[in-house]
Amino acid sequence: MLNKSTHDIAASFSRRGVLAATAGLMLGLASISGAKAADDTIKVGVLHSLSGTMAISETTLKDTILFLIDEQNKKGGVNGKKLEAVVVDPASDWPRFAEKARELITKDKVAVVFGCWTSVSRKSVLPVFKELNSILFYPVQYEGEESERNVFYTGAAPNQQAIPAVDYLMKDEKVKRWVLAGTDYVYPRTTNKILEAYLKSKGVAQEDIMINYTPFGHSDWQTIVADIKKFGSAGKKTAVVSTINGDANVPFYKELGNQGIKAKDIPVVAFSVGEEELAGIDAKPLVGHLAAWNYFQSIKSPENEKFIKAWQAYTKNPKRVTNDPMEAHVIGFDMWVKAVEKVKSTDADKVIDALPGIEAKNLTGGTSKMLPNHHITKPVFIGEIKANGQFDVVWKTPGLVAGDAWSKELEGSKDLVGDWVGKKCGNFNTKTNKCLGSGS
Amino acid sequence: MPANLSARLCSLLLSLFLIAFALPAFAGPFEDAVAKFANDDYSDTEEAIGVVASSGNALAFPIISALQDGRLMADPDSKKVYVTGADGKSIDAATGQAVASVPDSASAVRLNNRLRRGVDAAVGALTLMSPDVTTRIQAAQSVFKSHEESALDAVNTALSKETNKSAKAALGDARAAILLFKSDATEVEKLEAVATIKAHGDQEALAMLTGIGSDQPASVTTAAASAIASIQSSLAIWSTVQNAWYGLSLGSVLLLAAIGLAITFGVMGVINMAHGEMVMIGAYVTFVVQEVIRTRYPALFDYSLLIAVPLAFVVAGALGVLIERSIIRFLYGRPLETLLATWGLSLVLQQAVRTMFGPTNREVGNPSWMSGAFELGHITITYNRLWILVFTLAVFAILLAMLRYTALGLEMRAVTQNRRMAASMGIATSRVDALTFGLGSGIAGIAGVALSQIDNVSPNLGQSYIIDSFMVVVFGGVGNLWGTLVGAFTLGIANKFLEPVAGAVLGKIAILVLIILFIQKRPRGLFALKGRAVEA
Repeated sequence: MLNKSTHDIAASFSRRGVLAATAGLMLGLASISGAKAADDTIKVGVLHSLSGTMAISETTLKDTILFLIDEQNKKGGVNGKKLEAVVVDPASDWPRFAEKARELITKDKVAVVFGCWTSVSRKSVLPVFKELNSILFYPVQYEGEESERNVFYTGAAPNQQAIPAVDYLMKDEKVKRWVLAGTDYVYPRTTNKILEAYLKSKGVAQEDIMINYTPFGHSDWQTIVADIKKFGSAGKKTAVVSTINGDANVPFYKELGNQGIKAKDIPVVAFSVGEEELAGIDAKPLVGHLAAWNYFQSIKSPENEKFIKAWQAYTKNPKRVTNDPMEAHVIGFDMWVKAVEKVKSTDADKVIDALPGIEAKNLTGGTSKMLPNHHITKPVFIGEIKANGQFDVVWKTPGLVAGDAWSKELEGSKDLVGDWVGKKCGNFNTKTNKCLGSGS
Repeated sequence: MPANLSARLCSLLLSLFLIAFALPAFAGPFEDAVAKFANDDYSDTEEAIGVVASSGNALAFPIISALQDGRLMADPDSKKVYVTGADGKSIDAATGQAVASVPDSASAVRLNNRLRRGVDAAVGALTLMSPDVTTRIQAAQSVFKSHEESALDAVNTALSKETNKSAKAALGDARAAILLFKSDATEVEKLEAVATIKAHGDQEALAMLTGIGSDQPASVTTAAASAIASIQSSLAIWSTVQNAWYGLSLGSVLLLAAIGLAITFGVMGVINMAHGEMVMIGAYVTFVVQEVIRTRYPALFDYSLLIAVPLAFVVAGALGVLIERSIIRFLYGRPLETLLATWGLSLVLQQAVRTMFGPTNREVGNPSWMSGAFELGHITITYNRLWILVFTLAVFAILLAMLRYTALGLEMRAVTQNRRMAASMGIATSRVDALTFGLGSGIAGIAGVALSQIDNVSPNLGQSYIIDSFMVVVFGGVGNLWGTLVGAFTLGIANKFLEPVAGAVLGKIAILVLIILFIQKRPRGLFALKGRAVEA
């Protein structure tokens, strides 16, 4: 099968190699925008990479939004109008995110955009959303230190994922020594900076913290795993806090398993490993390692069961998994629909003003609320990896945690708050009573 | 379903029987503890483990070992707990009576990491007297790890009866570990313990000695400090050996990825940007093979890679021939166009695979002979890395022999050295071109089978290897297979010795800078080809 289809592709080539190259490029860039203009529909932009490195994670989110739109249209749409998805492919290329965002807003005139995964892609589209005054829902856990008027952050801020996870390890596993391992880019670096400050404030000495960065897609983990083993043999309980990015995780966990590091000796708690990522690994050697998220597929609640059933029916795959960023989109989409219905308009200014205070059910049995800083309240769960690639929740926060746009652990940001309701400012300094504005 | 019905009837009768007669007679602390497993509460489970393990009841071992393997089932409704065996037979955990079937509402008792450690320690203490030597050694090792004071008596009894030499040594270590942490052990005992653990000499021993705390007699503290220093210095030497091994292993991966490119780029001079995608296709062939084996012939799983290797070679090789015939042959002598065309092709192949198999990682399992690791002295050697090294060298040797001794090899060398003369001698050069490109692609496919064992199987697999592959071939000297070999291992070892000092990110950058400098000095790489062929 593999052979036949690739045969077809190769055979369809023209004789000119350059043409072939262009064909390849075109395929990479192709956007699937169904740009049929109709006045009785509301257009929803979907800005997720469908090719390139990030396609592995983002394709599912595109499907999620299409699924949600489908469900909403079955209920009669919003304000009597049907929703229509406009899907573009920024192809894991950060500048192209900005280009495609501009295209969605100016050409396709979408009312709202759901999209982005990496922080760098979000940063790249920010100026576009500000300039053209549109709305972006961002569904992924990120490093915080941001609160923008045009962006709604439905993923976890560090205090909704990283800090509770460290608390759990400190209290329940009595961890005294910490390895902070991450991929070398902005999310792990900022998160680790926050965690380091937090650990030190809890009395952890500098020599008990090891920080390690690896390049994207790092595949040879022998030395680092051996280092972790060595670091863990200082007579104190050791844990690894991993902000290692998607693709590098498989070889990392394989090496851990092969070198015999068991979760009961040195547990690894990960912030970027969910059901989707585990679907590509034989999870048996990983049993007991941890992940911190605001949602797990295994959580039992009527909402979740209903969602999983509908999702698997929609994708026609009874084994299709769900994950945390998907739930963030579910919440974000619901909030947007409610805000639009409340103001009876898709006008960006009206919807932005209406969103804070809107509540939507999350899939774990609680109700999340959009806060004035454009983050939401979420429960935090710690799950242990099970042999079937699912998670077993071993701990959760007693209630919902409000997302902090600005970390309380960092010197530069602890006095800042984001407040788009009262102060109309994303970085208000409570000490000096001044809004820093966009200049900071 | 009469069988099921009768089984249910049987279990009903049995439970009636138990309710009527057995329960009143059996209720006691042991039964109460067992019932706690059904509460699905970690602290209750922990309590239950403690009581059951120290109860001396004959059922203690079956229960705890079942808990360890996830075979202990608890029914939250009836609060009954069952031990299910590997053979499908089950017993009631509280009474030891056989039960016909475990109710559907029962689920395996859950554990977290803290409980897993407790269970391991309990299993260790319970199996110290096992008739099987390996079980005894494992038991002693887990007691060594947990060094629970409560296990001391059991260790002492086991030690006095032990006849096997290695089991005796393991028990001695376990005893020393317990004494070292026992607050009321005498100074002499503790000093002996330090000496025993020092002789153990690995990282675990180091962890133990570092963790003894400050409330020890002065002589013990100094003895421990000197033991720590001596273990550390011996481990430092071992870590050099370990780095060298890691370097060889990384080198073998680099070589494996580059060896196909050494043919297409090195020998033929085609700048093949789609080389990585051939590797990826090899990995996907492995996935398909494993998928078929999983669904149809699960018994063959351990041979899946052996089946995948020839298949990957054929699939990637055929694709290579096709690419050469349909694209590359029109572009000989035009490196820039070749580069663009093959780069476009690599995107097409990636997207094709993404459409066919989905963008997410695909699971490729390790056969049992490629999982785990063994200790060689104080270094850990993982089987998958070891096999990949062996496999790479074998592929290299076969390829070399093929070029040297077969007719096709002779023709390939003739064509690449002097195309016109080869043509004049009656060699069908275009056929040889196609076959050479196919050979290089096929070998890349084989590499994919091996790399699927250590990396993600995703459409992006190839991209991460293409730069490294070019680096190795250019560094080793274009057109020279031996250069590729030496280049790969040099880069691997240099990388692994730099990594602990500079970190993974800087290490990689440093290697690139070194290569740039090296290429400035020797533009043709380590082993430059000399003679007329070079100028052609």
